[in-house]
Amino acid sequence: MTTHNDSLLRFMTCGSVDDGKSTLIGRLLYDTKTILADTLNNIERTSQKRGMEAVDLSLLTDGLQAEREQGITIDVAYRYFSTGTRKYIIADAPGHEQYTRNMVTAASTANLAIILIDARKGVLTQTRRHSYLAHLVGIPHIVVAVNKMDLVNYDQAVYEKIKADYIAFATEIGLAQARDIKFMPMSALNGDMLVDRLDNMNWYQGETLIDILEAAPAAHSEQNEAFRFPVQFVCRPHDSANPELHDFRGFMGRVESGAITVGDAVTVLPNGYQSKVKAIQLGNEQLQSAQTEQSITLLLEDEIDTSRGDMIVKTSETTEAVKQIEAHVCWLSETPLSPARTYIVRHTTRESKAKIGSIQYKVDVNTLEQQTATDLKMNDIARVSFKLAQPLMVDSYDKNRATGAFIIIDESSNNTVGAGMIV
Amino acid sequence: MKQPLSHLDWLEAEAIHILREVAGQCANPVLLFSGGKDSLCILRLAEKAFRPGRFPFPLLHIDTGHNYQEVVNFRDQRAAELGERLIVRSVEDSMKRGTVVLKSADEPRNKHQSVTLLEAIEEFGFDCCIGGARRDEEKARAKERIMSFRDEFGQWDPKNQRPELWNLYNARVHKGENIRAFPISNWTEMDVWQYIEREKLELPSIYFAHQRDIVMRHGAIFPINVPLSNGDFINQPKAGEEVINMQVRFRTVGDITCTAPVISDADDVSKIVLETATTTITERGATRLDDQTSDASMEQRKKEGYF
Repeated sequence: MTTHNDSLLRFMTCGSVDDGKSTLIGRLLYDTKTILADTLNNIERTSQKRGMEAVDLSLLTDGLQAEREQGITIDVAYRYFSTGTRKYIIADAPGHEQYTRNMVTAASTANLAIILIDARKGVLTQTRRHSYLAHLVGIPHIVVAVNKMDLVNYDQAVYEKIKADYIAFATEIGLAQARDIKFMPMSALNGDMLVDRLDNMNWYQGETLIDILEAAPAAHSEQNEAFRFPVQFVCRPHDSANPELHDFRGFMGRVESGAITVGDAVTVLPNGYQSKVKAIQLGNEQLQSAQTEQSITLLLEDEIDTSRGDMIVKTSETTEAVKQIEAHVCWLSETPLSPARTYIVRHTTRESKAKIGSIQYKVDVNTLEQQTATDLKMNDIARVSFKLAQPLMVDSYDKNRATGAFIIIDESSNNTVGAGMIV
Repeated sequence: MKQPLSHLDWLEAEAIHILREVAGQCANPVLLFSGGKDSLCILRLAEKAFRPGRFPFPLLHIDTGHNYQEVVNFRDQRAAELGERLIVRSVEDSMKRGTVVLKSADEPRNKHQSVTLLEAIEEFGFDCCIGGARRDEEKARAKERIMSFRDEFGQWDPKNQRPELWNLYNARVHKGENIRAFPISNWTEMDVWQYIEREKLELPSIYFAHQRDIVMRHGAIFPINVPLSNGDFINQPKAGEEVINMQVRFRTVGDITCTAPVISDADDVSKIVLETATTTITERGATRLDDQTSDASMEQRKKEGYF
């Protein structure tokens, strides 16, 4: 086993309990040798206790005591495995209708989604729901995995029919045009086409699941995005014993998108001050340039009054500060959205009070029909307009998942009650 | 296509971002620092996040009184090298106050740390504790948030956690409540060792292969006659147990009475990376005697305010 991964991929799995999602994850962990002997012994014992003949790999993702008591999964779990060339973070979200919020949560950090379809059942309502949500939350790569092929005698005709049905539906909702979709047959139970091809489906010449995962582009690697640098923290060590640091003013943050090079002309929003990048630091290292997802410290040529919540952009690709936004919102809280109340919107490192302008419509996630609405309940998806007390520097979510996203916070409980994607 | 970050660079960048969010959002955070390998990684990440400034939080160690001297000495040395403020609060002081009551004198004290931690949180008014817990350590942690909400009693309610989307963290709390922030949530044991190797981090000596007197107890390797900083020795062999001198190392460090070493000849970090790649036992599987009492024991302790 080699130990140095070249990159990292975050992906999610969508499926209901019966689709074999837990078995798929268990199989991936098992076949990549992530499961160690003592854990395997434990699940062997549990499998035997429950009277099963083979080891039940789905027990690997068995959840919390509270969930086991209720026999359901209630929350997103994160799992890890590594192939030696790539590290993977799996967001494992339960797939029931009442868990739209969990799926949206898992999707928010994923760059690829595996949508599981039971070969015996074909494209179901839940398949449509999962696909719509993956599309809404902007996951660029979709793998439609037709699972349980062992239960339909590995019949190619079954697979081709499901594939054709899915393409028809995906075209209808615009998913097929906007995203990279791959299809594959598999049996997670037997391990067909996951890590090993085995020889039950020699008619399928495409990639195995692990081949697809290994080749999938990492986040932000496919398009040229504008440089966006929300300031998280300002470093001013004026009390330092080192007099050279008395004038040090470092703007600390993570490059949310794009790239920056020493000497680039920058603008600080919302005030519009202009300067040039004097230095880029990562710890003690001096960098010549920095790219998306790096956490760095920027030093500017001019003394500019900048604080947390401001955003540094390249002067050549600036954006506007707006006080009105329209967004797709997923409501996450058991307390419904009340149009009369004021909420807090957190966008990048900035917060603003927000009032609801209007709810244009809400979407039935099963039929994808638009309906009128006066409030939003947990798991509702709707198009909502907001009026903001403070300007936010936004891009549309389609263009930029970092500067197009926000969360909604209830001021009285401090809970995160909604997630928004700017139209 | 652009070259993506390597997995260690990505994990590092994510952790730095989380540390800066804590600094940006919380009024009075603290970094829990034990001298163990995970918290040593976090110190390096904090240096990368905040230097040339000082850390925007002090360090806090909840000392069980059952710590290996090597680790305690290393803790003090590292805090001094960094020039950062280290606060130590001890379970033994809680015992004197009567807030921790032991059933037997030499029982493991890991779970009692929760009481002392909550007392320290109240004493200093901390609104956020940064810790080194990882989601791969134990299944009760797989669903843990990066910013985990605790109520006034320090309790973790798995059903009452805030949804966490994108990298937009919500660390807002009312007075008395607090957040536990876990910057290396997405790291595995292997990632930690690879980072230690890459950053050339120094570690307490007991992480490396060394000779030690042990007995076999309940199927685990049990260290014997360990000196404490007060001059006492802890972990006496029982009648009939055969004391063996063996080459071992620790994969995790914690309470002496419940942390078992593994047989190993890995005496440097690169050998440990290799050993971690080929081991067949999970990190806490054979090494944490207190997690094995029941399937849900970690979950239970977390609900009671454990870290």
